[in-house]
Amino acid sequence: MQFTKLLAVSVTALTVASPALAENVLRWTSQGDALTMDPHSQNEGPTIAMNGQIYESLVTRDADLVLQPELAESWEAGSDGWTFKLRQGVKFHDGSDFTAEDVVFSFTRANHEASDYKEQAKSVTSVEVIDDYTVKLTTDGPNPILPNQLTSIYMMDKGWAEANNVVAPQDFKAKEETFAVRNANGTGPFTLVSRAPDELTVLAANPDWWGKGMFPGNIDKIEYRPITNAATRVAALLSGEVDFVLDPPLQDVKRIETSEGLSVKTVAQIRSIFFGMDQGVDKLRSSDAEGNPFKDAKVREAFNLAIDKDAIQRVVMEGLSFPTGMITSPGVLGNTPENDASYGFDAAKAKMLLADAGYPNGFSIQLDCPNNRYNNDEKICQAAVAMLAKIGIKVNLDAIPKAQHFPKIQKRESDFYMLGWGVPTLDSHYVFSYLLDGEGSWNATGYNNARVNEITKAITTEIDIEKRTAMIDEAWSLVKKDMPYVPIHHQVLAWGLSDAVDIPIAADDAFRPRFAVMK
Amino acid sequence: MFFFILKRLAQSVLVMAIVSAVSFSLFNFVGDPVNNMVGQDATREQRLEIREQLGLDDPVLTQYSRFLGNMLQGDFGLSYRIKRPVDQLIFERLPATLELVFVSAIIALVVGIGLGVYTGIRRKSWISRGILSVSLVGVSLPTFIIGIALIYIFAVHLRWLPSSGRSGTVDLGWWKTSLLTVDGWRAIILPAITLSLFQLTLILRLVRAEMLEVMQTDFIKFARARGLSERAINFRHALRNTLVPVITIIGLNIGGLIAFSVITETVFQWPGTGLMFIQAVDFVDVPIMAAYLVFVALLFVLINLVVDILYFVVDPRIRLGN
Repeated sequence: MQFTKLLAVSVTALTVASPALAENVLRWTSQGDALTMDPHSQNEGPTIAMNGQIYESLVTRDADLVLQPELAESWEAGSDGWTFKLRQGVKFHDGSDFTAEDVVFSFTRANHEASDYKEQAKSVTSVEVIDDYTVKLTTDGPNPILPNQLTSIYMMDKGWAEANNVVAPQDFKAKEETFAVRNANGTGPFTLVSRAPDELTVLAANPDWWGKGMFPGNIDKIEYRPITNAATRVAALLSGEVDFVLDPPLQDVKRIETSEGLSVKTVAQIRSIFFGMDQGVDKLRSSDAEGNPFKDAKVREAFNLAIDKDAIQRVVMEGLSFPTGMITSPGVLGNTPENDASYGFDAAKAKMLLADAGYPNGFSIQLDCPNNRYNNDEKICQAAVAMLAKIGIKVNLDAIPKAQHFPKIQKRESDFYMLGWGVPTLDSHYVFSYLLDGEGSWNATGYNNARVNEITKAITTEIDIEKRTAMIDEAWSLVKKDMPYVPIHHQVLAWGLSDAVDIPIAADDAFRPRFAVMK
Repeated sequence: MFFFILKRLAQSVLVMAIVSAVSFSLFNFVGDPVNNMVGQDATREQRLEIREQLGLDDPVLTQYSRFLGNMLQGDFGLSYRIKRPVDQLIFERLPATLELVFVSAIIALVVGIGLGVYTGIRRKSWISRGILSVSLVGVSLPTFIIGIALIYIFAVHLRWLPSSGRSGTVDLGWWKTSLLTVDGWRAIILPAITLSLFQLTLILRLVRAEMLEVMQTDFIKFARARGLSERAINFRHALRNTLVPVITIIGLNIGGLIAFSVITETVFQWPGTGLMFIQAVDFVDVPIMAAYLVFVALLFVLINLVVDILYFVVDPRIRLGN
C-alpha cells in the first residue's frame, strides 16, 4: 500500500510538472455516438446533441429551456405564419455567408421524404424570401407554437450541399453513403476536426463564430469519446480521463459525489414514466378475466392506487425521481401542481374498487416492459408486480429489449405496458397528439375522449395564449379523472462533472458547450 | 490430398449456408429496426413505408435469398444505424479486433505454457498450488467482471493505464495499428489480459496435465538414467511432447478469442468488430449482424479447414482412411 501511494504521488507530481496546456480541452463521454453528421437524417438524442455543436437552428433554448434567438434575431407571428429576421454577418465554417436562401433550402431538405424531421417541419408549408435577411415561414393555418418546433431544425449551406451532392438526406434504399454522413459544415460554435465513430470525435472552437464573447463558455477544443458500458464510463470519470459524463448510471451517483474532485448535478428531466392500460379492446389478450376489466374506470383507479409511487422513488430509484399524477413533466406548458400531484397509495381502497367492479379475486395480466430504455425500467416493473399482487392482480412480467418492446405498443399488441415520454416542444400538444388523442400514434390505450380530441385539434391553431392554456388545463383535468394511464414519476437527470469544469445542466439532457467554463 | 481438401471445402460452403440461413431467420426475433431508425414523432404510415422499402414484410425466405444474391455480388448493403457500407465498416474495424486477439493469444501462449510447465514440474510447491487456485478465477469469473475489476485497479485506483478506448493509432494506409506507439500498448494491455485469461487458464491446465503424464513415461526415465540435465529433460524432451494437443487447441481457440472479444470490446470500448456487433444487435441493424455472422462463420470454417489439413499431414491414419 505504501508503495502504491508513493507511486501515485510521484505520478501526480509528474503530471503537475508537465507544462500546462495553453488551451482548454473538454473531454467528455456518454453512452452513444452520433449516428451521422447529417443534420436531417436521424431524429435521435446523441445525434442531435453532436450536430447541435456544429450546426445551428433559427431559434434555440438556453439551459433553462427558454427560447433564445440563434440564427434568427427576432420573430413575430402573423395569421398564416411567422416572419423571422435573420442574424447578419453569419458565416458557415467553409466561409460562405448564411442568408435567407439557406433557410429556404434547409426547410426543403428537412421536409424531404427521407428526412427524419418532417414531422417537426411539416407545418411549414413554404418559406418565402422577403430579403437576404428576412424570411416568412407560411404554415398550414395559424401555428402558435412554431418557434418551439424549430429548435432542432438545423440550417445547412445550400451551396455546400449542392457542391457535395447532399441536397437530400440519405434514404433507406440508398446503396452508398452520402458526403454529409461524415462531413459537416455549419454555422455553430465548433467545427468538426476529426471523427472516428465510436472512438473519438474532436471539435475545435470556431474563431469566426457570431456569438464569440457573448457567452460565458471558454472551451477551445472538445474531445468526445462514447463509452457504451456504464461501469467503464464512470471509471473514466473517476480516473480523470474525462471531465464530464452525461449519463452516469443512477446507482453510481453517490460514488461520484463522494469522490474527491468530482461532483454530480441533478435536475428533473422532461421525461415521464407511466403504464398504459388498454381499455380499447373487447377482450384482453393476456388475461383470464372475461372481457376487458380496463373498460371499467374503477379498475383503472384501483391500479393507480395500488402502485406506491413513493416507495418506488425510495427503494428503486434511490430518491432520484419525482412521483407524479400526470404523464408530462414540470417545464412543459400544461403541467400544473394540482394535476402533477400523485394519486396517492391506498391498497385497501384499491381492493375495494376491484370488488365493486366485479373482480373480488383479481385477475391475471401481462405487463410489457423494456429493460434497456429508461432508468431502472425493469426494476420499476418488478416493484409494480409485487404491489399489484397485494390487491389480487397476478401480473406476468415480460421485460425485453426496447427493439422488441416498442413494436408491441406500435402494433397495439399489449394490454398493459410501460412507456416514457419526453416533450421536445415543451408544449402539451406534443403529449396530446401522440398519447391521448384517439388517433395518437403512441396511444395504445384505446382512450378516446371526444373533448380531449377536440382540444388537441383546437390548440394547434388557437393564437390567444390565455384561451389556449385554459383548454390545455381542461384536457389535463379530464385525463386526470379518466385515468387512461398509471403515471409513475418524472425521471431525474444526473450529470457527473470534474471540479475543473462547470456546465449548466438542462432538463432536456443536452450539453451546451457555449456555457461550459473550464477553471 | 487434393480430393480431401475439395471435399472439405464443399462441406464448408454447406456449413456457411446453414449458418447464415439460421442466423438470418433469428433476426426476426431480435426486434423491429424501424423503431430505432425514426424518431418517436414518426407516424405509423411512415413506419410502414420504411418497412416496405426495406422489404421487412417479405417472407424470411425471400429476404434471405435477396441477402444471399446481393452478398454473392459483393454487396453487403448499408448499415441501418450509421448508413455506411457494411463491408467497409467491417474492414475498418477488423484491425482493432485482430490486434487485440493477436496480443491476447501471445499472452495466453507465453504465460500459459510457462506456468503450465512450472506447475507440471514443481507440482507440490505452494507457488504451483497458488497459481492453480488463482487460475480457477480465470475460468469461473465472467469476462466483463474481470474487465471491470482490472479497470478499477489499474485505471481508477493506480492510474497506470487508460480505462478504455484505443489510442495511439498509426494509419499505415491499409491498416490502422496501435502496436507501434507507447500509448497504443498502454491501451491494449488491459483488454488483452482480460480476453486472454480464459484461454491462458485452459492452456496452463492442459500443459500441466500433459507434462504430468509425459514425466511418467519411459523415455523420460531413460533420459534421467542417461544423466541428462533437468533442463534438457524438461524443455527439450518433455515440453515438446506436450505441445501437440496444445497446438490443436490453440488453433480452434483463436476463433473463440474473436467470439469472446465481443464482451471484452464492449467493456473496454475497444473499437473492433465485436463492439460494432453488440451495437448492431441493440439497434437491430440487420445488415451488420448478417455480414458479421457470415464473416465469423467463414473464419471458423477456415480455421477448421487448416486444422483438418494439418491433421492430414501429421496423421497417416487419415490419409490411409481415404
